[in-house]
Amino acid sequence: MSLNKQGRPTGTGTSEFALTSDSSLLPNEPLLFEIGNTEHSGVDLPEATITNARLEGFERKMPLDLAGLTEPEAMRHYMRLSRLNYSIDSGMYPLGSCTMKHNPRLNEKIARLPGFADIHPLQPVSTVQGALALMNELSHWLMTLTNTSAVALTPKAGAHGELLGMMAIKAAQKAAGQSHRRIVLVPESAHGTNPATAAFLGYSVKAIPACADGTVDVQAIKDALSSEVAAIMLTNPNTCGLFEPQVIEIAKMIHDAGAFFYCDGANFNAIVGVVRPGDLGIDAMHINLHKTFSTPHGGGGPGAGPVVLSAALAPFAPVPFVRKSAEGLELAEHAEGSALGRITAFQGQMGMYVRALTYMLSHGGDGLAQAAQDAVLNANYIKARLGHVFSVPFPDYPTMHEVLFDDSFLVGTGVSTLDFAKALIDEGFHPMTMYFPLVVHGAMLIEPTESESKQTLDRFCEVMEELALDAKAGNAARFTAAPLNTPRRRLDETCAARSPILKWERSAALPQAF
Amino acid sequence: MRYLPHSQAERAEMLGVIGAANIDVLFSAVPAGAMKTFDLGLPAHSPEFLVEAHMNALAGQNHAGVDGPFFVGAGAYRHHVPATVDHLIQRSEFLTAYTPYQPEISQGTLQMLFEFQTQVTKLTAMDVANASMYDGSTGTAEAVLMARRLTKRNKIVLSGGLHPHYRDVVKAYLKDDIDLECLSASPESQDDILDHIDEQTATIVVQTPDFYGHLRNIKTAADAAHAKGALLIVVITEVVSLGLLEAPGALGADIVVAEGQSIGNALNFGGPYLGLLATRKEFIRQMPGRICGETVDAEGQRGFVLTLSTREQHIRREKATSNICTNSGLCALAFSIHMALLGEAGFTRLARLNHANACKLADALATVPGVAVLNKTFFNEMTIRTTQPAAALIERLAGRGILGGVPVSRLEPLDSSVENLIVLAATELTTNTDIATLCEALSEELA
Repeated sequence: MSLNKQGRPTGTGTSEFALTSDSSLLPNEPLLFEIGNTEHSGVDLPEATITNARLEGFERKMPLDLAGLTEPEAMRHYMRLSRLNYSIDSGMYPLGSCTMKHNPRLNEKIARLPGFADIHPLQPVSTVQGALALMNELSHWLMTLTNTSAVALTPKAGAHGELLGMMAIKAAQKAAGQSHRRIVLVPESAHGTNPATAAFLGYSVKAIPACADGTVDVQAIKDALSSEVAAIMLTNPNTCGLFEPQVIEIAKMIHDAGAFFYCDGANFNAIVGVVRPGDLGIDAMHINLHKTFSTPHGGGGPGAGPVVLSAALAPFAPVPFVRKSAEGLELAEHAEGSALGRITAFQGQMGMYVRALTYMLSHGGDGLAQAAQDAVLNANYIKARLGHVFSVPFPDYPTMHEVLFDDSFLVGTGVSTLDFAKALIDEGFHPMTMYFPLVVHGAMLIEPTESESKQTLDRFCEVMEELALDAKAGNAARFTAAPLNTPRRRLDETCAARSPILKWERSAALPQAF
Repeated sequence: MRYLPHSQAERAEMLGVIGAANIDVLFSAVPAGAMKTFDLGLPAHSPEFLVEAHMNALAGQNHAGVDGPFFVGAGAYRHHVPATVDHLIQRSEFLTAYTPYQPEISQGTLQMLFEFQTQVTKLTAMDVANASMYDGSTGTAEAVLMARRLTKRNKIVLSGGLHPHYRDVVKAYLKDDIDLECLSASPESQDDILDHIDEQTATIVVQTPDFYGHLRNIKTAADAAHAKGALLIVVITEVVSLGLLEAPGALGADIVVAEGQSIGNALNFGGPYLGLLATRKEFIRQMPGRICGETVDAEGQRGFVLTLSTREQHIRREKATSNICTNSGLCALAFSIHMALLGEAGFTRLARLNHANACKLADALATVPGVAVLNKTFFNEMTIRTTQPAAALIERLAGRGILGGVPVSRLEPLDSSVENLIVLAATELTTNTDIATLCEALSEELA
């Protein structure tokens, strides 16, 4: 298939004849506060009669100044806003490390059943036996897929899962009289949440470099190990898209030194159903249900980050968890009975448990393995198709579910990784992850996921190749000006940070620096 | 498999382009022995209607709020969510987008977050709000950490009226390295938190309405905290109360944390929920979480971006203000749409309706022999003392199809003084018939 190079707009699409700033189907939508007012409401409610108020002088004195919209106004406002977003359903979203796969709508339907959506976290457990059975079933899948002994479901996101996993390690070491262990090893290629989590818990972070082949420097780990080391936080497959070939040796070294192996499970989609992390020697690993198990990213959450635990850490799981009782299932939920206590109110992200289990049942064990294999196949296909034009920093190993390029192919072109990514937007694709991992210069991390067809991958590769050739041919302007065909051109982030305007205000006062 | 686009022929063709004999070649870095060679014993893939049947059966084993009279609150509230909200949040462009890292193609999410932040500042009367936290409980723990960074002091005092789960989360986040004072439960009235503030105190945490439903005097707490150089964190678990009660920002709060579930979000058995966090502008650089700000694009048009990210983990790594890297975006969208639909007029009416129904509930409960209502003040929630242990009583009510509230002993199992206490909530969904049914059942059970 050849690319259509005819009729591509060269400007923003705004016509000199237009009376509004709208551009056909791309609206320029005012703020809610500029459309609505405090009298408009899209909800009919009766006026209440309060005869014997119990507010004792705590009533609000001043109006809130909250703009309202009637239902048609609201429908149009949010519908128009939605059109300004790119999404998985709009096109390929190859954001490395984020696993932007298809979000099945069956999951949404099931999560909205009154038996799941309309139950209260504190109603009697005898009235929510189906919900507890669902949590048990999800736990069974997660433990089976990872070959681990326990799972803590409650973390509300991947980073929250990391926090919980490291808290469990801290609690286990405290119980063993090992609280002097104050160092956590974190590879330089790790997600920023890893060092942030370790520091959050008071650990000092020791960075471990990567080898020239993109895998973690095992000798550096060996050299860093001591009786002061509490744990390693290792991502596997790592953020360069490589499976750590010596992961079992690393686990053994860590355990021999009396430390724990925390695995960042952000990349579990590469190996789900194919490799069980428990067989590699991990002690704790969070699983992003919003990545591997397709719960929607929602424009930035809500996520869910259950943590599987080895036998050594299982006693340090937080409350609540489901257990069997004489009457059926019950919730162990008292913080006092647990070394770690509770890391969130209630039972965690039930809405995400429902979606993830629905996804698992749809795929089955066979379908999950096939999904992982297809995800890996797709990334290697992109690498094979583009390897001759783009620069592959770590060619020694097959890539897993994401492929990493660096910016050496752009040297001398006047085009940066950022410019290149913005040009991709003009071609209808969401950019890849840029400038991460930090271990290569100008990183471009591409994760196609298993959801993309060969046809889409071919088109993506064709566009990528054309863009690369165009950059090398000296057409820098097309990149540095990009994106051109978007609701907004490049935004001034420096100005936003220097003089923050973080809310709408009625008067057009000058932004105040603080 | 309906979600996987490749045919076997396409897979073979792609392997050919890669130059791999089979898929296992691509997994060659996996150590020998770690590749799974046996069946895990998990069920095979399943058609949509069979998955649906399985999940319907599980859902059917639960007593949903819609199934009968419902008085359960204690940090999560059953309100009506307009159909428009759920329709709009399922628009693909909102539902299936990632965090708005590419602002040029994420203005929908970004503008929504800017509007959300504005709504939160108006509700709380604070200067700035972030783009949301996981929920109220983790937001409270983050606010405590923020107060510690701001004051460089190490003593934290939690009011006995703080939701016990929130208290437990703060403990889990902080217990190893802070002087944490948790006041004992105070179901009858205010506690004596003001006596516990000293020059080492970083912050006091006060919830209003508190866990037992009492309205707390925020102004007094703020003045007492500020007199010692400490900060006041106000926690709100029922955000609808702000339609009727004075905003904490107008009373001297330094940080406000709220659970936003009540607006736009279903009960969902506890999650996903929505943490609101707002503060004074001078504290913004220590605020955790995502923040959206206004700017201009290359053509001078107004647009929005995530900003002040030099506080965050992806830039600062181990020096970040928090390890947080998401918010609760779709729940914030649901909140923002519902709040826009309500507007000031609707939100105020909603709050009045909640209070009116709670007043009816309190008045009716007071007439039941064996029940004492402990609250002089409340918004939509109150505590009663009965003549019998509450947990068993609630269980018997459930047997009658009535979800009659939360026995305090479920959250405070070690405190025998609360054994006979129940926390009950009324909302706009509570009917006169519901109240009559509950009171009749209580009369019979307590007779």
